[in-house]
Amino acid sequence: MTESVQIEGEALAVSLRSVTRRFEGGVLALEKLDLTVQAGEFLAILGPSGCGKSTLLRMVAGLDRPNDGSVRVGPNGLPPRGGIAYVFQDPHLMPWRNVIDNVALPLELRGEAKSKRRSTALAAIERVGLADASRRYPNQLSGGMRMRVSLARALVTEPELLLMDEPFGSLDELTRQMLDQQLYELWRERRMTVLFVTHAVHEAAYLSSRAIVMTRRPGRIILDHRIDLPETRGVWMRTEPAFMKECRVLYKALEWGAA
Amino acid sequence: MRRSWQVIWPPLVTFVLLHALWELIVRRLGVPAWKVPAPSDIFRAVVDRSADLMTATAHTSAAAVLGFGLSALIGVAAGTALSSMKWIERAFYPFTVFLQTVPLVAIAPLLVLWLGYGLASVTVSAFIVSLFPVIANTLAGMRSVDPGLRDMFRLYDAGPLRTLFKLKLPAAMPNVFTGLRIASGLAVIGAVVGEFVAGTFDQQGLGLLVQSASRNLQTPLVFAAVAAASLLGLTLFAIVNFSGYWILRRWHASAR
Ligand SMILES: Nc1ncnc2c1ncn2[C@@H]1O[C@H](COP(=O)(O)OP(=O)(O)O)[C@@H](O)[C@H]1O
Ligand SMILES: [Mg+2]
Repeated sequence: MTESVQIEGEALAVSLRSVTRRFEGGVLALEKLDLTVQAGEFLAILGPSGCGKSTLLRMVAGLDRPNDGSVRVGPNGLPPRGGIAYVFQDPHLMPWRNVIDNVALPLELRGEAKSKRRSTALAAIERVGLADASRRYPNQLSGGMRMRVSLARALVTEPELLLMDEPFGSLDELTRQMLDQQLYELWRERRMTVLFVTHAVHEAAYLSSRAIVMTRRPGRIILDHRIDLPETRGVWMRTEPAFMKECRVLYKALEWGAA
Repeated sequence: MRRSWQVIWPPLVTFVLLHALWELIVRRLGVPAWKVPAPSDIFRAVVDRSADLMTATAHTSAAAVLGFGLSALIGVAAGTALSSMKWIERAFYPFTVFLQTVPLVAIAPLLVLWLGYGLASVTVSAFIVSLFPVIANTLAGMRSVDPGLRDMFRLYDAGPLRTLFKLKLPAAMPNVFTGLRIASGLAVIGAVVGEFVAGTFDQQGLGLLVQSASRNLQTPLVFAAVAAASLLGLTLFAIVNFSGYWILRRWHASAR
């Protein structure tokens, strides 16, 4: 098995084969879902609420298991420890820790030395533009700042697979645009694999290299679409015909799937 | 400064007025001091017997503080253990409710049987009465851990010990302190009641002082001892409350 050892710093591919997830009580969230995500791809996942997007992400993270089918991450099928990061819809910070210590949590759980933890955490905090607030506590931060802390915490381990579940959904439009931009630049620089759940069509088109659209529960993929836009992206793009065309394609499928 | 003054003076005025009224009524009606002493009688008892009151308060507070300390340690440990596994909680939690319903006065003779008269029995009595709220609130706190943070710990493969010390215990702190606040008052009550049965005269606590004073119809002294016990409970409560405020000041809304 030596040839399949994870090389450090290599993005992780994800593959789901015929995945079915039925919850206690009989809710069938996903049925026979197939999905392959290439290493280094930025995949946007769209679909009506309740269609199983979070369930999908949780199974990729190993936080939930399919009743049937297989979920494989990376060359071994099992992700390397600490190789995956997850950003939830809500920031889920520890209220008793300041920003640095919240961001350093993954490093701490990995058993890294304190001094190294601090400097790595500070670098991640700077990257999301929160250097001035690094000693503040979550209750002293705005919603947008908290979400950025959550993002910094996810990025601090330099993950090879980043799972994001409607991460900026509750933020105001300007903050969301700024974070989208930062995330996109980071992806361009590091090329980790990203699975990004969103309900905003333009966000999906703006960020991703590929987007899938799911139907109502049980979620099936009705559109698997390569986003045909240049890699230098920015807010200016939003009025470009090519961008608007991509949005239209996604929107149509979303409407279709929700019907 | 002005704020704290505004908090202090209304109850202070009420206190003074009520006592003046009490003094007036007792004097007017000529009620004997052994039945209902006037505040001035009680004050005289406090002054005359201050040495006795002080040593009794010291003895009672020793038992109350020790019992409270045991409750804090064992209650948090038990709450943690109960929360660690669903089946442990199911199997044991119902029995902890007995702690709340146990008639202390009835089991105090058993304590004497097992531990003899004196500090040990009185401490255990304070411990038994104050244990349940610590267990129950610790358990509630552990259950209230943010599920997203739990997932975060699972994602990074944190073991059960790390999860306990870095997530569950800190997250349960506000609830733990709620339990400790309740326990602090109960520990004093438990100690005083324990002294009724298990106290010794060479280490006379407030419970025993109340008993002997009432037997001798020194009713003003009874009132003084009761006041001392209440004050002791209040002090312990204040200390716990302040420690909680200090530890949780960063983040807990109720601490502000
Ligand atoms: N732990 C669970 N137990 C029972 N039902 C669940 C659970 N988690 C999700 N579901 C159900 O599964 C369906 C898909 O949920 P989810 O994946 O959260 O949808 P989405 O993220 O697309 O909005 C929903 O109907 C939801 O109610
Ligand atoms: Mg969801």
